[in-house]
This record gives sequence, structure tokens and C-alpha cells, in this order.
Amino acid sequence: MELLVASAIGVMTAAGLYLVLRLRTFPVILGMSLLTYAVNVFLFASGRLTVGASPILVKGVSDYTDPLPQALVLTAIVISFGMTAVIVMIALGAYLGAGADHVDDQTPPGEPEPVPEDVT
Amino acid sequence: MTLFLIVALPFLGALLPGLMNSAGRQACAGVTFIVSLAAFVGLLTNLPAVIAGDVVMARVDWLPALGLNFTLMLDGLGFFFASLILGIGMLIITYGRHYLSRDDNMGEFFTYLLLFQGAMVGIVLSDNILLLLVFWELTSLSSFLLIGYWKHLPEGRQGARMALAVTGMGGLAMVGGMLILGQIAGSYDLSVILQNRDLIQASPLYTPALLLILLGCFTKSAQFPFHFWLPHAMAAPTPVSAYLHSATMVKAGIFLMARMWPVLSGTPEWFMIVTTAGLVTMVLGAVIALFKHDLKALLAFSTVSHLGLITMLLGTGTAFGAMAAVFHILNHATFKCALFMSAGIIDHEAHTRDIRRLGGLRALMPVTFAIATLGALSMAGIPLLNGFLSKEMMLEEALHTKLFGSYWLVPALALVGSLFSAAYCFRYISHVFLGPVRDDYPSKPHDPGPGMWLPPAILVVLVVVIGVAPFLAEPYVRMVTEAVIGGAAEMPKAHLKIWHGLVPALYMSIAAVVGGLLLLAAYRPALRLWDATPRPEAKTIFEKGVIAGAVALARGLIHPLHDGAFSRYGAIMAITVIAAGVHAYGTGAVGAMTRAMQPAGVVPIAGWVMLVAATGGMVFLHRNRLLSLILIGIVGLMVSIGFVYFSAPDLAMTQITVEVVTAILLLLALNFLPNRTPVESSVLRRTRDGAIAIAGGVAAAALSLHYLLRDFVSPSISEFHLANSYKGGGGTNVVNVILVDFRGFDTFGEIIVLGIAALLIYALTETLLSGPVRARLLNRKPDQPRAGDMHPMMMVVLTRVMMPVVLLVGFYIFLRGHNEPGGGFIAGLVVSIGVVMQYMASGYSWATARLRYPYHGIIGTGVLVAGLTGIGSWFVGKPFLTSDFAYYRIPPFHKFELATAAAFDLGVFLAVVGAVMLSLDSFSRLARRAHVKDSEHPMDIDPSRDEDADPLQNPATGEV
Repeated sequence: MELLVASAIGVMTAAGLYLVLRLRTFPVILGMSLLTYAVNVFLFASGRLTVGASPILVKGVSDYTDPLPQALVLTAIVISFGMTAVIVMIALGAYLGAGADHVDDQTPPGEPEPVPEDVT
Repeated sequence: MTLFLIVALPFLGALLPGLMNSAGRQACAGVTFIVSLAAFVGLLTNLPAVIAGDVVMARVDWLPALGLNFTLMLDGLGFFFASLILGIGMLIITYGRHYLSRDDNMGEFFTYLLLFQGAMVGIVLSDNILLLLVFWELTSLSSFLLIGYWKHLPEGRQGARMALAVTGMGGLAMVGGMLILGQIAGSYDLSVILQNRDLIQASPLYTPALLLILLGCFTKSAQFPFHFWLPHAMAAPTPVSAYLHSATMVKAGIFLMARMWPVLSGTPEWFMIVTTAGLVTMVLGAVIALFKHDLKALLAFSTVSHLGLITMLLGTGTAFGAMAAVFHILNHATFKCALFMSAGIIDHEAHTRDIRRLGGLRALMPVTFAIATLGALSMAGIPLLNGFLSKEMMLEEALHTKLFGSYWLVPALALVGSLFSAAYCFRYISHVFLGPVRDDYPSKPHDPGPGMWLPPAILVVLVVVIGVAPFLAEPYVRMVTEAVIGGAAEMPKAHLKIWHGLVPALYMSIAAVVGGLLLLAAYRPALRLWDATPRPEAKTIFEKGVIAGAVALARGLIHPLHDGAFSRYGAIMAITVIAAGVHAYGTGAVGAMTRAMQPAGVVPIAGWVMLVAATGGMVFLHRNRLLSLILIGIVGLMVSIGFVYFSAPDLAMTQITVEVVTAILLLLALNFLPNRTPVESSVLRRTRDGAIAIAGGVAAAALSLHYLLRDFVSPSISEFHLANSYKGGGGTNVVNVILVDFRGFDTFGEIIVLGIAALLIYALTETLLSGPVRARLLNRKPDQPRAGDMHPMMMVVLTRVMMPVVLLVGFYIFLRGHNEPGGGFIAGLVVSIGVVMQYMASGYSWATARLRYPYHGIIGTGVLVAGLTGIGSWFVGKPFLTSDFAYYRIPPFHKFELATAAAFDLGVFLAVVGAVMLSLDSFSRLARRAHVKDSEHPMDIDPSRDEDADPLQNPATGEV
């Protein structure tokens, strides 16, 4: 079981990294989402894996899952939505403003940004 | 009046001119004057104590651990400078009121002036040297604002920049010097430092401290080789020049040398550095001043020269030198300020300051002529004026000073300096006022109103009174001198007198005046010689050398590193992190496996296969963007199911709801972005990225596997949460109790971050929609055919039916959150989805029209509710966000619990709803296109509506 989770984290990290290194905004955003999954699962798994244990306090039960990583990851999931939304907005603004969705700066350093042609 | 108030008054008063700006120029200048007057009167109330020889102190501990305390002290020296700053300040305010034109923002000007005044008073009254440094930097900053007051003039901006760069750099050096000095003396209080002359001069750190402090003083007081900034600061309005560069700013360095005189002076190092710098500055300034054609430049270089004179006098280290320096500071402030004002009057009336275009003003401006002549003659050292007295004392001191083993070097250079000084003073009089009246002035000059000539006239009266009756000023000068030398030397026996007999100094004075007259007679050949001599231009060196050099260096460093290629940064960062991990793995100890691997059933393996397949599919099919969006949905779903499987229902609920909103968000974005990602990178590059990615993936997997198979290194704090969740937090859902109670402060911060993210998205949308992008959006043609029935009836009916159900579910999840899986975060996401469905079904405008509260407000309310819940615990004397709960029973209901944590969770809920909705709402605002008319109907085809519209036609546009 541990091997499955660890390898899943690895696969998601690898795919996320590869996509983050692409040259257009959309794959980069998806790559970051994949990295988010990987990091969240990684953090969650730091409480070690427990199957079938109770996350809720019940009388007479002494075997519980680790609640702390869960609480931290819960807010992390919500925050990562906020951050994804911001990046998407920035990507969208860049695409609409410049007419291209390149991630890398296309102008050599030190030169002024070219003004899109169709702005009138 | 307490010293605190004297220092604080100008700073507090600085608010007034800005506020009074609309009340008119008179009111504006009036309040400024009253503020200065109040501080001046407050200073005078301390005069009796100062005369009695007391040191007035005021102390408030600020940061005692750092040795930084708000300690003020007023002795003779402090009083002398403070009275100059405030007294001349009042004259400057009066003058400035009449000098500034209607186009100048008077409130701004006087605000800067008062800030500067406060900083200067702070310097001269500080007892703590760290506090002094704070005020010292404040003068640099406020003088920057004053010098650059005429922002529209490039000279003003350049001059201000240069002044800030030079004095700021010196200030930095001085910080170092002062810290060393404080370390040696064991205290940062001047009153302690001044008592420790022997300790400080014996320290091996004395020389570095001296060098650093002198660097600060020399830059501020424009001593060679830092003299170049002062003339360029003349681009400021003349009242500023008169104030900063005759009486205050440049005197700050002089003040500090005088202040530190008892502990720093008297050593060979001090003597060599200070005397030499002073002498060189005096001669150089005087020579340059003679050949300047701009009136203010002439005066600026003469200021440089006179500052050199004072520095030299302080450098000799004798008590007589200190007394001469004090006397000359007073005299120089009076005549130089009057001269600057007269130059300003000429500029104001004749519209030029170029001496070559002036001449013959004597007849046209008799009052100005009288003021300027008396001031200039005093500066030249003519008897019966105050400049003569201190200049003769300087020559006397020079005669007794031996530099570089030579008795004649200092007197000879002092004579040369005095000679040139006399020459430029005579030039100021003869080339501007004497000679025939010309008919080609840019503007016909005449004397201004009394508002402008009265302030310099008052100063000139002082010039004459001190010059004729020096014994009047003597007690004052002796008092200040006593404060300067402290206990370090005997008070000199000399008196301030006009006639000392036929002493060598008198012959030198005569030689200087006669020589000056001769030099002026031979001005034309001398000027030709000067013009033919090559010499460096400070401004060119500074702008082209220092500034351009720094810019080029920064460019050379930054551009190769920071070339805007995000993918490169990403690769570098990934490689660095992996390398750090490999290094840690290679050098650290890996413990033995302590946990057994749990067996995996068929279902988990099936889920793993789906997740890996979807992830792999994203990599290989990522060019088809819609497809990769679907695939990432599968990944998210598998992760959610994984959370359920590993006993984390809260996480699963959060993840799956976030999945929904993220998918909607990305779909909205994809609406604008291209549908496919083109093939751009080479095979080599893809191989490189693949290698990095695989390395990163292997590293992450190895790390995860490593800790999954080992126990905690130290006991986990989770046990505490499990044990106290019900007892202390009143809830059985430990995850929720942690969120709203144990770590409520974290959650509070997180909802604020979420709110900020949403507001950022909103702001970006606003920017896009108000910029050139708006036109492009409006003209955008969708690259794919749109659905004819954009708001289908089925969906409208279904979402309407579901809305109350969703709200009920959200409400239920919210309420049960404390004891069962759920809570504010999840409830907020569920409710958002319910609202988003209405947007999707009936369109943006229909939904917005029914929106009662703006989403910003909902975010704000959420944060406010959560914050107020936290503050509530203050009222019962508990720390922020302490929760409480109790059980109630209202028949016929079952016993139920009320917890303050529920109110906090309500804040979380509201913030999440607001943030999610504001983000999605912003995206959909972008999606509105002008040529699609907004529909006020909930659906496009509505059987209940009586319209003859052909349902097969697009009802919004009429297009087929």
C-alpha cells in the first residue's frame, strides 16, 4: 500500500514537473495543479497511512487516524484553488494583452515590450 | 517648553500646510510660520537654564535593549544651532511665501520645509547618537524632497538625486562610525561619550570610527572631495537654497564635528584630515566661485569655501580655533542667507541669474542693492561688518598652524582663499549692481514688496550690529564655545574686537582685500585663463560615471541571470532542490524500516492504475487542452477517493468540491485560450525536461516511501489534539476542531489570503476590462461555433430545483461540521457550486441581476465575523480566538451545543463563498461579448413566454 501511495506521489510529481517546464501557460497551470496534488498527498501521508480508522471521536475507540495533517491539507486544498485561480487570471491577462500564451519572455532582456499590433 | 515638544512641533505642524492648502496661500504660510514661532518660543523658554550652564535633558526609553532611546539634550551648542534653524526658518517662511509663484503648490512646499526643520532640530538636540542618526537620515530625505521640489525641471531632479546619493552614502558611513563609537564608549548617549575622551582616543578603533564619522560630516557639509553636490542642489527654489545651504543642512556636518570636538579632536589624525580637507575646500571653492556666472552658483561655491574655512578652524583642535569657528558659523549664516535671498530677489524680478546679463541694478533696486552690498562686503571681510571679525580670527589661527612641517603653508593658503573670496564678493557687487543701467534685462527689475526684502534686511541689520559692536555677541559666542570644547581645553582669553592693533592678521586682511580688488580689475584675462584650463565636471562624472556605471553593472549582472525565461527558472529550481535532496540523502543517516508494508487490495490497485494512467495521459496528450482538463479531473477524483480510503472524509469532501470549481474555472479560461498547445521545444529539450521530471518524481517517491515505512522520529503532537478535542474544543470531529479552534489563527490567516487572492483576480479583471484588451474582447470572434441554445430549459429547471437542495445540504454540512465530517470550508464550496450552477444555466447578467450582496462584501463580512469572534474572547480576559461552548436544551428539541467556534466557522464559510464566487464571477465577466446581447430571461427558449421568435434562430442575435 505504501508503495502505491509513494509511487503515485512520484508519478504526479514527475508529470507536474514536466508540464511546468513546457512553454505555454495552460500546460504550466495543469502542471502546477498536478504538483499541488502531489504535495497535498505527500503532506497528508506524513500522518502515515491508516485504513478504516475513525477520524471522529467515538466512545470506546482508541485507534484514530492522525488529524493534524488532515487539517493542514484541508486549508491547503482551498488555498491552492485560490492560487490556481490567480495564476489562471494572470495567464489569461497575459494572453489577452500580448496575443500569445508564451511562458517565457520573448523579448531579449533590457528591451521594451513590443506593443501588440492590433491595439488601436 | 519640554524638548520633546520643540522637536515634535515641526513634524506635527508639517500636517497643517497640506491641510490648509485650499484655505489659500496666506493661511498656508501663516500656519507654517506659527509652528516655527511656537517652537522658537519654546526654545527661548529654555534659554535661562542654558545661560546658567545647565544641560536641559528629556528622556523616554524607546528601545533600551538596543541602546536606542529618545534622549534629548540642550546645551549652548544645541541652543545655538536650534535658534539658527528656527529663527532663520521663520525668515525663510516669510520670504518663501512671497517668492513662490501661484503655480507652485505651497502646502507641499511648507510641509517639506517643516519636515526638514524638524529633522534638523532633532539632530542638534539629540543626546542619543542612534537617534541623531535617525534625524540625520531624515534631513537627507526631506532635503531630497525640497531640492527636487520643482519636479518638472530635470536639473532639480538630478540635483536632488545627486544630493541624496552623496549625503545618503555619507550617512551610511556615519552609521558605522557611530556604532563603533558607541561600542568603545559603552553607551550611545552623547553625554556619556563626551566624558570618555581618553578611552576613545586610546582605542585601536578610534581611527576607523573617526574616518567613518568624518565621511558622513564631509559629505553633508560638502567638503572636498564631496563638494560637488552642493552647487547642483541650487536647482531648488531660492528659499530652499538659502535655508539648506547657508544655515542648516550643510551646517549639520559642521555641527557634528563641533559636537564631537571634545572626544575626536586634538589627535594628529583629526588635525591632518580635517584641516587639510578644510583648507583645500576653502581655496577650491573660492576659486571656482569667482568664475561662476550664475548668481546662485557663485554663492553655492562661496558656501563650499566658507564651510571649508569653518572645518579648517575646527580641525586645528585649539580652543581659539573652535571659538573662531562658532563665531564664523553665526556670521556666515547671517550674511550668506541674506545674500541668497537677494540673489532670489534678482532672479524673481529680472528673470535671470546670469551675471553677464545683469549690471546697473543699483539704480533700479536700491533696497536690494543695499542688502546685497552689505552682505557681500561682510563676506569679503571689510571692517565694521561681522565677516571681518571672524575672518581675522581665522587668519590669526592660521598663522599659528603648522601643517606638513611648514609654518607658511596654512597662512599662505588661507590668504589665497581670502583673496579669491574678496574678489568674488566684489564681483557680486560690481558686475550685478554697478555699471550702467542696461536695456536688455529679460524683465525690467524693480524692488519687490517688503515681504521679500524684509527678511534679508533683518539679517543684514544683524550683520552690521555684530560688526560694529562685537561685544554684544561675545557672551553668546563664549557660551557656545564653552559647550563645544566641553572640558577638553581651556577657554581662550581672546575677546571679539574690531581693533587688535597692528598684528600680522590685519596685514593679511588688507592684502586679501587689495588683492581681491586687483584680481577683479584683471577679471577678463583671468576668466580667459580659467576657461582655457581643463577641469573635470562633477555632474558629468557623477551621471556618466557613477550612475551609469552602477546601472551598467546591475544590467550586466541581472540580464544574463534574469532573462524572463520562466521555464529556465523552473528547471534551475527543480535541479537545485533535487541536488539538495541527493546531498542530504548521501550525507545523512537512513534509519532502519520500522513499519511493515500494508497489503494492498484489488480496489486500491485499480485506483492507482487509473491515477497513473490519467497522469501519464496528461503528459503525452497535453497538447489537446480539453482532453488534459478531463484527465486532470480523473486524477483529482482518484485523489479524493484515496482520501476516503485512508480515513480522511473531510479532505475527500473538500477535494471533490474544489475539483468542481477548479474545472469550471479552467473551462472558463480555456474559452479564451487556444485549444491546442503547439509543438515548440526540440527533442533534446524534451529529453532534458523529461530527465529532470523523472529525477524529481523518483526523489519524491523515494522520500515518501522512506517516511511511510518509518515511525515518527519524535512523539507527534496529534495525540494532544485527539485528547483535548472534545474536552477543550467541544467537538468530536478533530479535524474541524483543529481548524476552528486549536489552529484558528492559521485558519483566520488563510481565509484572509483566500480573500486577497479573489480580490486580486477581481482587480486584474478590472484592469483588463479598462485597458486596450477590452476592445479586443469585444471584437473577439469565437473560434468554434456557439450553441444556439445557450441557456437550455432543461438545465435551468434542473438547477432551480437543485438550488434549495444544495443550500440545505450546505447548511447541514456546516452545522454538523463540529462533530461529523463537514464544516465551513466544505459548506462554503458546496453553496458556491449551487450558485455557480445558476450562472451556468441562465447566464451572467441574469444571475448578477438577482445578486443582492456584492461578493467583496461577503468576503469582508466573513473575515470580520471570524475576527470579531476572536476579539470577543478579549472581553472575558482570554487571548485572541479562545473558544468556548455550552450545551442547551430548548424543548421539544434534543440537547444541542452552542460553540463560539461555530461563529468562527461561519466567517470561514462566508469568506470561502465570497472568494470562490468573486473569482468565478470575474472570469465570466471577461466572457461577456458585446455582440451577444445580454438576455434578461432565465432561458433562451421558454414555452411560457409569448414570443414569435423562431426557436431555431439564435434569439439573442437573430443570427441563424
